[in-house]
Amino acid sequence: MSDKQINLQIAATQVTAIQKKIQSVIDKLFDLLENKKIRYSIYAVSMAALFYLPQKTSMYVTEIMTNVWFHVVVCLGLNIIVGFAGLLSLGYAAFFAVGAYTSGIMILRYGISFWLTLPVSVLMAVIAGLAIGVPTLRLRSDYLAIVTLGFGEMVRLAARNMAITGRATGLVGIDRPAFFGITMNKIAHFYYAFLIMAVLATIISSRLQNSRLGRAWRYIREDEDAAEAMGINTVAVRLYAFIIGSVFGAIAGSFMAIKMTAISPDSFTFTQSVMILLAVVLGGMGKIPGVILGAFITVVFPEISRGIGQYRMLIFGVVLMVLMIYRPQGLWPEREL
Amino acid sequence: MILGIKDLTLRFGGLTAVNHVSFTIEQGSIKSLIGPNGAGKTSLFNCITGFYRAQEGEALFRGDSVMRLKPHRITEMGMARTFQNLRLFKNLTVMENVMSGMHCRTSAGLAGAVLRPPAQRAEEKRIRDVAEECMDFVGILDAKNRIAKNLSYGDQRRVELARALATKPQLLLLDEPGAGLNYDEKVQLIELIRRIRDEKGITVFLIEHDMGLVMEVSEKIFVLDYGTKIAEGTAREVQNNPKVIEAYLGKEEEAAV
Repeated sequence: MSDKQINLQIAATQVTAIQKKIQSVIDKLFDLLENKKIRYSIYAVSMAALFYLPQKTSMYVTEIMTNVWFHVVVCLGLNIIVGFAGLLSLGYAAFFAVGAYTSGIMILRYGISFWLTLPVSVLMAVIAGLAIGVPTLRLRSDYLAIVTLGFGEMVRLAARNMAITGRATGLVGIDRPAFFGITMNKIAHFYYAFLIMAVLATIISSRLQNSRLGRAWRYIREDEDAAEAMGINTVAVRLYAFIIGSVFGAIAGSFMAIKMTAISPDSFTFTQSVMILLAVVLGGMGKIPGVILGAFITVVFPEISRGIGQYRMLIFGVVLMVLMIYRPQGLWPEREL
Repeated sequence: MILGIKDLTLRFGGLTAVNHVSFTIEQGSIKSLIGPNGAGKTSLFNCITGFYRAQEGEALFRGDSVMRLKPHRITEMGMARTFQNLRLFKNLTVMENVMSGMHCRTSAGLAGAVLRPPAQRAEEKRIRDVAEECMDFVGILDAKNRIAKNLSYGDQRRVELARALATKPQLLLLDEPGAGLNYDEKVQLIELIRRIRDEKGITVFLIEHDMGLVMEVSEKIFVLDYGTKIAEGTAREVQNNPKVIEAYLGKEEEAAV
């Protein structure tokens, strides 16, 4: 063996040694988090910090963090479909389009209070979830991805061409609602609204994950036939995933409509769907903290790298490619079993 | 009679995989289905468990027809199955795998998951208890927190059995449970199948290639060849049946040519 080869081998063993060390540190951290007291104190401290944040930082930071919370909600919604149930979906933007347009139309055209539009938005999300879920019951992976992609485009093009959705201009001048007498017209108001939604989405996601329904999703993700043989109604379980994922998206969409006060078909493009899927895959499909991390990175990275200018998306793309080659399971670490 | 099959016929285009097969399985018995490769054994299993739709015939499970039902409904009625080529949920823990069996015996839905009322928590505990009991029964309780794919092949077979038992079946259909097992594991399997019947009172119907295992464990055997039932009886009767010998070894004249 030449010196070069030997050196390479030494380097390789060093790398695996380092990996092992990292894994043991991660395992220790996980052990630490098993302790309820430690875990809940971490939750409490971070919640306090997040609630305090808008008081201390600039409007710019608050705006970006609001966007982060919005993405956390939609990414957790998509995570139910893609991560929990393993149903690859490329048209998720359609679901928050449904929410945004439902609220927007009801407020703008019929003068209905925003809060009353929310249940309708949920109902429309259920219908949208069924609309994509039922025809695709027999489809999996790539085929399902193509149909969901088509669904996403259909919703956008329908919005672009229908009079009630305002065609290409969309809906402009959606009134902002009042919450206990305070009109929601400051960015901080929306920061809190989206933060609360993100927290709720996290709690609901984690409870779903550790439930009978959550397990059923894992079973169909692993092997749909075996799940059926074990007595799981795979049709119902699949539709539940689409419906719940859709509801997450629609509620986020409704709030987006009043935050932006204007929505147009261009807010719900294929690129949007891809960015959300990207956040989920980047952080780690099916892992809630990973998905939150993914949402954070995909919103914050383009912002903090503004200095690089035009090249930032190029760099982002390269970083993503490298990450997916070396860490296909996503950024969030897992305990070894 | 726990299962009654009458004139069951399954065709794939021009090929008749199962041809007018009739048989019954008595409550509390251990019965085997044997036959050469491609005889239609697994196809027959798939018809009974709802994975395939037979074109003709009738399948009665405890008096009720299962012909037009989806597999999950049939499992719910009390008929569980395993697969020839191990269909575990590979990336989940053994515990989660076995818990899947209890799905059809429990009911918590969306509201239960999110709000976690006491009833849901009690149900979760019951699922875990039953799963642990089933894992203990087949002897893999020690491995409950391991990922299924990291277990030895023999232990994975046990997980599949535990998972099927967790559905609380009355009839257990095993598709080649001995495939890929070594001699010791097969001996343990025979004992386990007997215990499933004797201790749990579950009727067992199995497909098997290993003649030793079949002769050892089953009370009645029936033989399928080219989708048709060619013999039925005790191990000795079947072994000496010329039609069976022909199906497995070929005719003497043919052998000569």
